[in-house]
Amino acid sequence: MRRIWSPLLLVALLAVSASTTAAQSGRELRFYLPAEPKTFHPLVVADDSSETIRYLTGGVLIRFNRQTQELQPELAASWKVSEAGRKISFKLREGILFSDGMPFSAEDVAFTMRALMDPNLHSPTGDSFRSAEGQVKVNVTDPHSVVILFPAPVAGLERLFDQVAILSSRSPKKEMAVLGPFYVADYKAGSYVLLRQNPNYWKRDSTGQRLPYLDSIRLDIQQNRDMELLHFRRGEIHLINSLDAESFDRLAGEMPSAAHDAGPSLDSEQMWFNQVSSAPLPTYKKAWFRSQNFRRAISEAINREDICRVVFARHARPAVGPVSPANRFWFNQALHVHPFDPQKALRRLGQEGFHLDGKVLRDREGHSVEFSLITNAGNKSRERMATMIQQDLAQIGIRLNVVTLDFPSLIERISRTFDYETCLLGLVNVDLDPSAQMSVWLSSASSHQWNPNQKSPETPWEAELDLLMRAQASTTDNKKRKEYFDKVQQIVWDQVPFIYLIHKNALSAVSPSLANATPGVLRPQTYWNVEKIYFAPEKSGGRR
Amino acid sequence: MKTLRLLAWGFLLSIFVATLLAEFVAPAPYAEQFRESPNALPSWQHPLGTDELGRDALSRLLYGSRVSLLLAPAAALLATLIAALVGGVAGYLGGWWERVAMGATDLSLSLPWLFLLLTVRAMLPLNEPPMTSVVITFALLGLLGWSPSARVVCAGTRTLRNSEFVLQARACGCRGWRLLLRQVLPNLKPVLYAQFWVSIPIFILSEANLGILGLGVAEPLPSWGNLLRGLENYSAVLNNPWRVAPLGLLIIVVSCFQLILPLEDFRS
Repeated sequence: MRRIWSPLLLVALLAVSASTTAAQSGRELRFYLPAEPKTFHPLVVADDSSETIRYLTGGVLIRFNRQTQELQPELAASWKVSEAGRKISFKLREGILFSDGMPFSAEDVAFTMRALMDPNLHSPTGDSFRSAEGQVKVNVTDPHSVVILFPAPVAGLERLFDQVAILSSRSPKKEMAVLGPFYVADYKAGSYVLLRQNPNYWKRDSTGQRLPYLDSIRLDIQQNRDMELLHFRRGEIHLINSLDAESFDRLAGEMPSAAHDAGPSLDSEQMWFNQVSSAPLPTYKKAWFRSQNFRRAISEAINREDICRVVFARHARPAVGPVSPANRFWFNQALHVHPFDPQKALRRLGQEGFHLDGKVLRDREGHSVEFSLITNAGNKSRERMATMIQQDLAQIGIRLNVVTLDFPSLIERISRTFDYETCLLGLVNVDLDPSAQMSVWLSSASSHQWNPNQKSPETPWEAELDLLMRAQASTTDNKKRKEYFDKVQQIVWDQVPFIYLIHKNALSAVSPSLANATPGVLRPQTYWNVEKIYFAPEKSGGRR
Repeated sequence: MKTLRLLAWGFLLSIFVATLLAEFVAPAPYAEQFRESPNALPSWQHPLGTDELGRDALSRLLYGSRVSLLLAPAAALLATLIAALVGGVAGYLGGWWERVAMGATDLSLSLPWLFLLLTVRAMLPLNEPPMTSVVITFALLGLLGWSPSARVVCAGTRTLRNSEFVLQARACGCRGWRLLLRQVLPNLKPVLYAQFWVSIPIFILSEANLGILGLGVAEPLPSWGNLLRGLENYSAVLNNPWRVAPLGLLIIVVSCFQLILPLEDFRS
């Protein structure tokens, strides 16, 4: 009898043990994509929805940890950058399989890099590796070692591999064979994308269990943010990556444990004056906008603290410059927000010949100071910011006319006709590295918004910005790069080509039923560690 | 019914007077931001509370009512006059005149006015004071909003043209413009009244919709349109129910406009 019961007891114990482990596994995570993914090809991703799919399915050599902001090895067990940033050598992990069962090797890395750098592919990811004209050489030294040689140094080279999902060179459906935690199992255009657990995913947790814990992820396409919030509150979806301040406060009131404020994000809101010399503006206005003291005075007349408090319900921080404090390494700690001081602003304007005539500010020639500020219609927070700035500037005798335009008209004005005076817009930053901002700071660039596409720098400080940005991009010494970029931030702070207003906080929502989800400020805020996220057991999981 | 009409007249008059005396009645300037108390509850200082920027809601309602109550009827009047001209002439003359006029009306109805409005706004100068922008907005609405009324007016005129009393007038030697102005037009009055009153709330709501697209009344000037945009924020309305005041006032005012119409006009 004892002989019969002992094996039964053992089987029962094993079953209990298995169920305890399985409590972490399984179930379907659901959240929304804001739009239809434009592609599933990981090398030509250019939109947010496709980026989400790439992040969840793509296996990369090096991953940028969204929480620690440090690089960590993934498919590459180790790497080494040499020849001043021209060469990178990878030692790859062994025994890894693609989702379709094909083995992963250095040939796949070579295949991916050659495809990525093919000019006919027009890959935005590939563009970030192009530092100079010339071929990229990829040498496979053994099945698990590969060396990539670039024609010129690439700043922040290893970080760029966070965006390169490795393709299979031997799989028949190359884009569908993946090395990430999930693969695309089903897709209905305009409706949903279904991802299933990659059965060959190489990562395991500390107990040896294969990751990811989740069985599948269903990504429904939903453009309406209000519907997204409603469905989250009903428990129909489990994550919201980005919330506005109003929705966040509403959610925090109802489900405090679901609302997460991770502090200032990388995104900024800023305004700038049109300094284009050929712009169809009166000469006296061009002179105002090109005056450093004028721009600085406007910056000092704006109460950023009030904007954070009133418009963003304290879920924002006054901005110092182009880099958010969330960007721990590159943020210039020596700089501080331009203080709100209308009297100081008036004194500064006085240095330029401006004077108050009753309640109206006039320039040296007697023109009343009045200009328009354009922003995109329908964006409530920007419209409110503009109205607050309107009142702040009225206190120093400036009349600001707020004009909201549909987005295409606005873009037409700021990038083609230059028929505008001031513009208020936001900048969405996804990259921490300053090289990603080359197109903003180089005077010849199209995104140098206050005066784009200059043949040669029109001011000495813009010439200096050009030099510094090129210098930081041509070295791999991060200490030197930081020095150069700190100087860039200092010049921008002094010259105020952009009046940086605020950094919005990274606000997100995570269902209390999820464990291991730790929202951060970098994208993707809520699911950056998706392979470790699981549904907590009911008894400790809270609301379901 | 008579009592109701009197009440409606009284209410409308009091609203008109209140809006015209807004400078004296309003607790604060409509643009002043009390930033320490955004979304405040009603109090002695702010009887209807404050909006999301801390501006006094009652003051904005009074000034906004002034803008909308003066300019929406003006736009409705413009649209109705154009409709009377196009529809009346087309219905009276008939034949190919009617075909051409109704063809133009159909074309006007089928055009994507939204995009035209966007284009027009994109072409306007940016440095216009808020009051100019509001006049432009309502003028555009009046100029573009005549076509539905024109169809109704044309149909009414056609019926009158073939009626017995017009036939009798013709038989008595009354013809041409005299017949149109003396016999047809007075009998079109109820149709035109109805089109006028119906257009007012439509233009108020159109202005609200245009505001979302950047064509509405520019900040900081209030109008019923941009005050109604405050209702977009569902949770804010739930927390601050007095935000419904502009909508309530709009409904009451439109109802009063209907009540003050002579009953015979509706019957006819």
